[in-house]
Amino acid sequence: MSSENLMTLNLKIWRQKNNKEKGEIVDYTIDGISPDASFLEMLDILNEKLIKEGSDPVAYDHDCREGICGMCSLMINGQAHGPEAETTTCQLHMRKYKDGDTIVIEPFRARAFPVLKDLMIDRQAFDDIIAAGGFVNVNTGNPQDANAILVPKENAELAMDAASCIGCAACVASCKNASAMLFVSAKVSQLALLPQGQVEADERVKNMVLKMDELGFGNCTNEAECEASCPKGISISNIARLNRDFLKAAVTSND
Amino acid sequence: MSDIKKLDGKVPAGDIQDKWDNHRFNMKLVNPSNKRKYHVIVVGTGLAGASAAATLSELGYQVSTFCIQDSPRRAHSIAAQGGVNAAKNYPNDGDSVWRLFYDTVKGGDYRSREANVYRLAQVSNNIIDQCAAQGVPFAREYGGTLSNRSFGGAQVSRTFYARGQTGQQLLLGAYSAMMKEVGKGKVKSYTRREMVELVIVNGKARGIITRNVVTGEYEKFSADAVLLCTGGYGNTYFLSSNAMASNGSAAWKAYKKGAMFANPCYTQIHPTCIPQHGDFQSKLTLMSESLRNDGRVWVPKAKADKRAALDIPEEERDYYLEEKYPSFGNLVPRDVAARNAKQQSDLGKGVGSTGVAVYLDFADAIKRDGIESIRAKYGNLFEMYQRITDENPYEVPMRIFPAVHYTMGGLWVDYNLMTTVPGCFALGEANFSDHGANRLGASALMQGLADGYFVIPFTLGNYLAGEDLINQKVDTSAKEFDEALTESEARFTKLLGINGNKSVDSFHRELGVVMWDNVGMARTEESLKTAISKIKDIRADFWKNVKVTGTADGINIELEKANRVADFLELGELMARDALERKESCGGHFRDEYQTEDNEARRVDDEFCHVAAWEFTSVDKEPIRNIEELSFENVALSQRSYK
Ligand SMILES: Cc1cc2nc3c(=O)[nH]c(=O)nc-3n(C[C@H](O)[C@H](O)[C@H](O)COP(=O)(O)OP(=O)(O)OC[C@H]3O[C@@H](n4cnc5c(N)ncnc54)[C@H](O)[C@@H]3O)c2cc1C
Ligand code: FES
Repeated sequence: MSSENLMTLNLKIWRQKNNKEKGEIVDYTIDGISPDASFLEMLDILNEKLIKEGSDPVAYDHDCREGICGMCSLMINGQAHGPEAETTTCQLHMRKYKDGDTIVIEPFRARAFPVLKDLMIDRQAFDDIIAAGGFVNVNTGNPQDANAILVPKENAELAMDAASCIGCAACVASCKNASAMLFVSAKVSQLALLPQGQVEADERVKNMVLKMDELGFGNCTNEAECEASCPKGISISNIARLNRDFLKAAVTSND
Repeated sequence: MSDIKKLDGKVPAGDIQDKWDNHRFNMKLVNPSNKRKYHVIVVGTGLAGASAAATLSELGYQVSTFCIQDSPRRAHSIAAQGGVNAAKNYPNDGDSVWRLFYDTVKGGDYRSREANVYRLAQVSNNIIDQCAAQGVPFAREYGGTLSNRSFGGAQVSRTFYARGQTGQQLLLGAYSAMMKEVGKGKVKSYTRREMVELVIVNGKARGIITRNVVTGEYEKFSADAVLLCTGGYGNTYFLSSNAMASNGSAAWKAYKKGAMFANPCYTQIHPTCIPQHGDFQSKLTLMSESLRNDGRVWVPKAKADKRAALDIPEEERDYYLEEKYPSFGNLVPRDVAARNAKQQSDLGKGVGSTGVAVYLDFADAIKRDGIESIRAKYGNLFEMYQRITDENPYEVPMRIFPAVHYTMGGLWVDYNLMTTVPGCFALGEANFSDHGANRLGASALMQGLADGYFVIPFTLGNYLAGEDLINQKVDTSAKEFDEALTESEARFTKLLGINGNKSVDSFHRELGVVMWDNVGMARTEESLKTAISKIKDIRADFWKNVKVTGTADGINIELEKANRVADFLELGELMARDALERKESCGGHFRDEYQTEDNEARRVDDEFCHVAAWEFTSVDKEPIRNIEELSFENVALSQRSYK
């Protein structure tokens, strides 16, 4: 453990009072940061200091701090969730930085995700996309025995890979078109890979893509930045699957 | 003493196997065309809330859901790793509804209500079927059937899982079922809304007041019933494995409005968490207890041995669990493993820079099975460990220590999941119902979904039809709503106005230390009395010296936290008081004065085979301790032994 090497850092943080006013980058210097602290604990320490001074602490979203809830976000030096691959901001640790570093911290930006305050954004659009079709239409009741639906192990694994999406929106924030294709394709793929999702497969992909377009997300132009920034390593092969399914749904559609 | 009430759990008559079936038949039904005339408020969208909201909406009720996070999908349930139990007996290893029931009653150290536990075991299989039908990607065998594993020391493999992300996948299943109803316009989902008051009209729960955390506005919502699915209160200890926003406030508001709080002292301390690393630490991270299947727990034999783990030769290591519990070894139940770790660290044999940790060593398993096999089983956990601690557990033993994880106590509910306030129900971790004094691994997910998918849809209808609520409509113009709103607003205004010199978090941390030191893994009369008096002092200090920055409108995270910490400062005291009055040891509640000769928990069945249900009087007056007697007709009371 390296608790002796406490760091001093220069932070440049986006401050914005609410979703109506304009924001700006504000400079802060913070010292005494242990390399063992997490990135969010570093922000906690900054906030504790701001509170002592009587200023407004920096608002940012977080909850589980275990990399699973998808609540945390942040563009850190221009990278969604910071420099470490397949790692959410809450799992990033300060040992990635050195004494004297400058860190620019901004919210995820996309037309569909307005900034609410400082680093907090509104991701309601993702819920709207799921409500448009990201489910199997089955009511609670007495479904058949779970083992009556057999799923080849390989498909089960692929479905699980896709289902690991935490809905954090890093993919949208990293995409120059602010496309939500990785998010949508992950849900479409998960269900397309399972027998349970087959019946409504065509409807699902059409409705979700339609909703995505309607909400102001951009088109996918195969930049693959989404995959690179995804903290859960969701593959862009899901986008290819979505495209195939979408085409098929469009061709067989009778409306 | 004469004030003590004996609560009736409303357990239906008949053999335990038939109770739920009979009850379902006997309950009143709401006519299908009338269902849409009822409005149900569901507070919380974790497993319990999301599953209830989806199911009630499917049945035809109008449902509104509320959660603190920016999406219902982010509830704390998402973090559960290990799995969900069910009595499917797919592996053919001798499991059955009866065995799951038996194990859960025994695991709970004979402090749960038998009939509830039996029902839980009965519906457990429906849960797996339902989740599979929704497309939850459970782990599968090569033949395409579902996989099972043994978990938390169970002697059968009854745990279903989706990698190390079971809670996430079950929650996404329940969330998508709920969102399909949102898409149909039948569920209205309110996010970033915190319930700040329960509204009671003519003795019945008829609505809530919320604070919109984006605008700071207070809003009134009326309904025919209110379901609290707001999770547990483990964050009373500040440091816990719970998500940062997990809190006890919704349950606490209900308590103050007449809902009794049951067994607040039953807290589960999970044995395998990553130890605290500094004063700035904000939460603790759980390492799945499946690690104990292959890891060996040890400390140095000598006190204050500061050598690195690898420099301590085999004969100077104390594998204390294997020694003390030869038949269960490293797989003893959570409470036993946790308490033993604390004992070692108290003896001065703890490891790491703080001395507050024990080793969990995989060297032998790696030697035996090969590094690849260990990687396949635990790769993601090892990575997470390394990311947090910067140590490689393939090379050096992990350091682990117990941390607060789950609260078995909660709002008292009867067999129908209704609190002592008519029309106010509690589901999931927010209620006290099924786990007694200790919860078994993989049983919380099961209970949350059982409550939401398979219990409340029946019992709620019975209440609504039975009370003839269709003819007693109440809307938010009732004066009770304005009163409750004014009350809540005044509380937040007061918090903002104190303008002292200490941050909200500093009070929370202070409370946490008092709780952990005095109401933690081993409690004594003295420590509990100390806790009560210290918590009172911190509370008084809080209301004098807390500094809440910012304003009443717009996003103010400090203000949100202050409101929750103010409640923790009262709830913590009740936890200590309950622990003080329960003069026995059972499950997660260990009183030093009540132990057997081999330092195991000693129950005092003659005096304490009951639920303590606390009734609020006023903040500065002592609450009343009412009881519900527990009777064990199907599982004989016996001393747990894991030797
Ligand atoms: C790290 C970890 C791992 C776990 N692993 C397992 C496991 O493997 N197996 C198992 O069975 N159990 C496990 N558990 C326990 C289990 O996850 C929880 O007990 C369970 O998920 C609780 O579900 P719930 O629906 O009751 O509440 P939660 O999921 O906690 O949901 C609470 C909801 O209430 C909302 N809420 C709270 N207060 C308010 C308010 N005032 N106003 C509005 N909304 C409010 C929140 O926003 C949230 O939506 C684990 C727990 C932890 C901490
Ligand atoms: S806070 Fe939950 S993923 Fe980061």
